[in-house]
Amino acid sequence: MKGLSLIAAVATALAAVPLVVHSNVVLNFLVVALLIALAGQGWNILGGYGGQYSFGHAAFFGTGAYVTAVLQVRYGINAWLGFGAGIAAGAALGAGIGALVFRAGLRSSYFALVTLAFAEVLRILASVAPITGAGVGTLIKLDLRAQSFQFQSRAIFYLVALALVVASLVITQLLERSRFGIWLIAVRENEDAATAVGVDTMAVKLGAMVISAAVTAAAGCFYAQYFLFVDSGIAYGTWISIEALLTPIIGGVGTVFGPLVGALLVKALGEGARLVTGDAPGLDLMVYGVMLVLVIAFAPRGLVGALADVRDRLTGRITAARSAAREAARG
Amino acid sequence: MLSPLIVTTAVLNGLLNGAVYALVALGLTLIYGVLHIINFAHGALLSAALFAAFFAYRLLGVDPYLAVFLLAPVFFALGYALQRLIIGPAARGDDRNMLLVTLGLAVLIENALLYAFHADTRTIELAYAFKTIDFGFTFLAVPRLISFAAVLVVTLLLWLIMSFTDTGKAIRAVAKEKLGAELAGIDVAHIYAITFGLGTACVAIAACLLVPTYYVTPTAGNAFVLVAFTVVVLGGMGSVPGALIGGLVVGVVESLGGFLFGESLGQVSIFLIFIAVLLARPRGLFGAST
Repeated sequence: MKGLSLIAAVATALAAVPLVVHSNVVLNFLVVALLIALAGQGWNILGGYGGQYSFGHAAFFGTGAYVTAVLQVRYGINAWLGFGAGIAAGAALGAGIGALVFRAGLRSSYFALVTLAFAEVLRILASVAPITGAGVGTLIKLDLRAQSFQFQSRAIFYLVALALVVASLVITQLLERSRFGIWLIAVRENEDAATAVGVDTMAVKLGAMVISAAVTAAAGCFYAQYFLFVDSGIAYGTWISIEALLTPIIGGVGTVFGPLVGALLVKALGEGARLVTGDAPGLDLMVYGVMLVLVIAFAPRGLVGALADVRDRLTGRITAARSAAREAARG
Repeated sequence: MLSPLIVTTAVLNGLLNGAVYALVALGLTLIYGVLHIINFAHGALLSAALFAAFFAYRLLGVDPYLAVFLLAPVFFALGYALQRLIIGPAARGDDRNMLLVTLGLAVLIENALLYAFHADTRTIELAYAFKTIDFGFTFLAVPRLISFAAVLVVTLLLWLIMSFTDTGKAIRAVAKEKLGAELAGIDVAHIYAITFGLGTACVAIAACLLVPTYYVTPTAGNAFVLVAFTVVVLGGMGSVPGALIGGLVVGVVESLGGFLFGESLGQVSIFLIFIAVLLARPRGLFGAST
């Protein structure tokens, strides 16, 4: 399949980066960008392909992060098992919220609002519940061994993050070409029409929500292992809900590579803004806000979509030039 | 412990607080009723208005209650311009785009405030801020009584505008049937912007009423808007009387909840009510009058 070979090419190119780049600053930047790309890919599956715009994907990110951290710290469970449990917990939460919300028939604004409310409830509960460490947060003990999912070298962390992102790209690519993916796109384009032709829209949306939640939860699990610290503001904060939707929208909503392209661009611009102004609070987020408005105004299909348009126009022009030349040759 | 007197006081204070919630919710529900979109920038605009009221007092010495007459028109114009120049053209009539544009504006405004004024908490001291009136059985704070009265006046004014002016009729026509209104010669883009302006003016008035007793930070508005979402959902999206009653109900619930269970659980209870109402009766407890 053409899409999968493109993913393989991109994966190979990105995997070669640590061979060339040894700077921890650059690798750290890339790890964070990949982390956001992963969270964004989760959002993209539900929002980009299914048209259900969640404003509260922090609920899944945070659940992944907390489950991974709390299982290790409080119950001494192996980090890799904790990682798997975090993803499972995120998926289960997605199934629970999805079942409630889609059964109630909430769409559009209502869906955005109710997902936001779930994330806020979880944030407040996590900031007072003893099991999460309440206001203090949960600190994972430093233990730089592979079996604890901690690595001495940034490069290995980078490769793990890359593997997760590549897995999410493959999932999205397979989804896009599957029958389920077509149903999901049908729901996005016109839910009533999809129902009318016999698509079980409730089941399709629920399935998309579960996959979406699992992928974003994986980003949360990785966050916990990478930074070794989780608190309610990080795990369930609005920042991650916003970055998870911002990256696919900037990169190209409902495209396989949109979240990855968007995450690299968003993080680069955010860091750029910080460098220029010397880390003034709020400035990087201001840039995000402006980008969101500009992309919707001028490139509603995101960067990937805009590039495709340019390519189509160029090939169109070349074809036109060829036929003009043929006409001229014919005399 | 639960003497009827204390409960009465809690209920009365809840009603007075609820009036401001109602006003913030009124702006939100008005915009929803006409544009069919939730304005996620509402909270950021409230924060901006709180700063405006704060600086109007600090720099120009304008009393917050008088600042209403200055800030309401300014924020009306701001809201009009935002919808006419940014939200409308950027979203091109797509609901999902509109949601995202208002979210983008919220992020932008909130962080611009953070960048300009940092996260410091600001308050102003007014001689009358701590005055109370003795009602015999209880004391009530003067600023809260003033804001309660002001909210009633604003609601009445809004109702008069909506019922008896040509603009109000046009707004209601657009809310009911956009295409029909357009065919009848109504400039829909203009009406959308007017509505957004009115909603933003409500926020400016709420800010002026809040500033004497509340604090000002770049995120201060968010707390109110999350409550306002609840109010709007309770009262039925787009319903003006629903927003007023919903605001008062939420004020009382919060006051009694905080009194019985403590602050942060009181907050959770509001969200849980919100989710429960959305799931069970998305049209609102009182039903939307569309």
